[in-house]
Amino acid sequence: MTSFILFKLFRALVTLVVAASLVFMFIRFSGDPAAALAPPDAPQEVIDQYAKAMGLDKPLWQQYAAYFGGLLTGDFGYSIHTGRAASDLFLERLPYTLKLGGAALLIAIATGIPLGAIAALNRKSLIDRGVMAFSVFAFAMPNFLFGLLVILIGALVFKTYLGGAAGAGNLLGVLPPAFTLGLAAMGSFARFARSSLLETINMPFMRAAEARGIPFMRRLIRHAAPNAAIPLVTLIGLSLGALIAGSVVTEQVFAWPGVGQLLVRSVATRDIATVQFIVLAVAFTMVLANLIVDLLYLVIDPRIRAK
Amino acid sequence: MSAASSEMPWAVKISLCFIAFFVIFALFGPLLSPFEFRETSLFHRLKPPLSEGEANRYLLGTDAKGRDLLVRLAIGARITLIVAVVGTLIGAVLGSLLGVLAAARRGSAEAVIVAAIDVQASLPIIIVALFVLAMFDNSFTLFLLLIGLTGWEVYARLMRGATLSAKEQGYVIAIRALGASPWRIYLRHILPNIVNIALVQFTVNLPLTVLLETALSFLGLGVQPPLTSLGQIMSEGRDRLLTAWWLTLFPGTTIFLLALSISLVGDWLRDVLDPTLRTES
Repeated sequence: MTSFILFKLFRALVTLVVAASLVFMFIRFSGDPAAALAPPDAPQEVIDQYAKAMGLDKPLWQQYAAYFGGLLTGDFGYSIHTGRAASDLFLERLPYTLKLGGAALLIAIATGIPLGAIAALNRKSLIDRGVMAFSVFAFAMPNFLFGLLVILIGALVFKTYLGGAAGAGNLLGVLPPAFTLGLAAMGSFARFARSSLLETINMPFMRAAEARGIPFMRRLIRHAAPNAAIPLVTLIGLSLGALIAGSVVTEQVFAWPGVGQLLVRSVATRDIATVQFIVLAVAFTMVLANLIVDLLYLVIDPRIRAK
Repeated sequence: MSAASSEMPWAVKISLCFIAFFVIFALFGPLLSPFEFRETSLFHRLKPPLSEGEANRYLLGTDAKGRDLLVRLAIGARITLIVAVVGTLIGAVLGSLLGVLAAARRGSAEAVIVAAIDVQASLPIIIVALFVLAMFDNSFTLFLLLIGLTGWEVYARLMRGATLSAKEQGYVIAIRALGASPWRIYLRHILPNIVNIALVQFTVNLPLTVLLETALSFLGLGVQPPLTSLGQIMSEGRDRLLTAWWLTLFPGTTIFLLALSISLVGDWLRDVLDPTLRTES
């Protein structure tokens, strides 16, 4: 078991180092950062001065070492537009994105999984068909269209604007964007919960439990649910990537002052340091989440622990 | 298999009809309009669909520059279709090749490919696309290549697993014993047996590339004017949501229906092509 954990840790570390190296390579080979930073008609001496100040005159391996040294000591570079540390820009946006993403994930889990379970228990009924139709709908619905429809309904029916920084302050304001962001995950959780539960309730041990006279609800909660939950843990871990991707668009539609909005703005203004920091932060979060899912498996699935 | 294809569900039939309609519209839609998709008319700005009088030649209305929405939708549909199909193909071919290569060569080639899969899996494709677009000038070719990266790691992972298990099967061992060359083994025997897996994944990925392209174009970072795509038309219309609803709702609904139809057909195709994947339903 220790070797399993060590292997997973090693793999996570390799993934992070490779991702950070790729980011470094891309930035170095995309053009001359000094020339990009200097005014367009700057003489060569000025560009050279910029290059020297940024350490670009050193050999590539020294730049690479300095880059990793910076990452390890918390120096992630400065935004060329505001002159502030990229990490500061990121951190002041982070609470908004965490609030939005957290709410979206909660909504998706709290509605998607029960919907899937109800569909599985009423197989081939109208409810089942309805839930399956909903999951296909949620998958195909572009979140920018759904968000615009939510805003449109808010404006026409409730005479209010459902987006913006004002809504980021209160608890109710988070609901419209969180529902928009969580919709796709809700659909896939429902679909997965349904198939996972269907698979489980047809297992021999469930028939055995029934034969022993265990009541229905107890069979469902104590016997079926823990088994059906195992693949769902992976799915929730995997959905993090989709949530991060979706938050970029959703924040833009609802003018939500989070990291996604910062990313889009930084890409449009070519603020490389900020974009780089966000990319590294996303990679770190995803690798960490995958690691947690792998380790969570050890806790919830005794079969893996035994190996 | 024949039973499944004769009992095609009505939802799949409707979806196929919509896809056919979409393709025909993308190809011949511009013939429905007397205008060119970049042709502006200052006197006919923001005309609603089916306007009275002089503006009635604009069937679906006009945008803020007085351009005909119908012909723009057709051109947008064409670009969206090209990007989605070509992009998905690039990802499928690249990913499958890398997957088979990893399984065939093992050793260091496999280690590199598996590490690349891990890295890609830890970065949502939209983040990668935004990162690259921050550094390079956006061109249609670059954008197409970025869309082409969508989901390559899924193909690679699936095809590597399938090739590894195929290599251990009796028929491959038998052919190898008969002295077949590695090329012959992989191209004539293993590939035809596992190509269905990539085909099923293709139908899963296609709606995702449609949504990725339109999302990036909606953010203003994908297809750039003067070219247009369904997402790009929406991004131009989103500031006029209340006053000119047709600019967002027509392209938006088209994107939604396209993604919906493709995934419904894909689900059905998955059941037909691969009985082992058939879900209990």
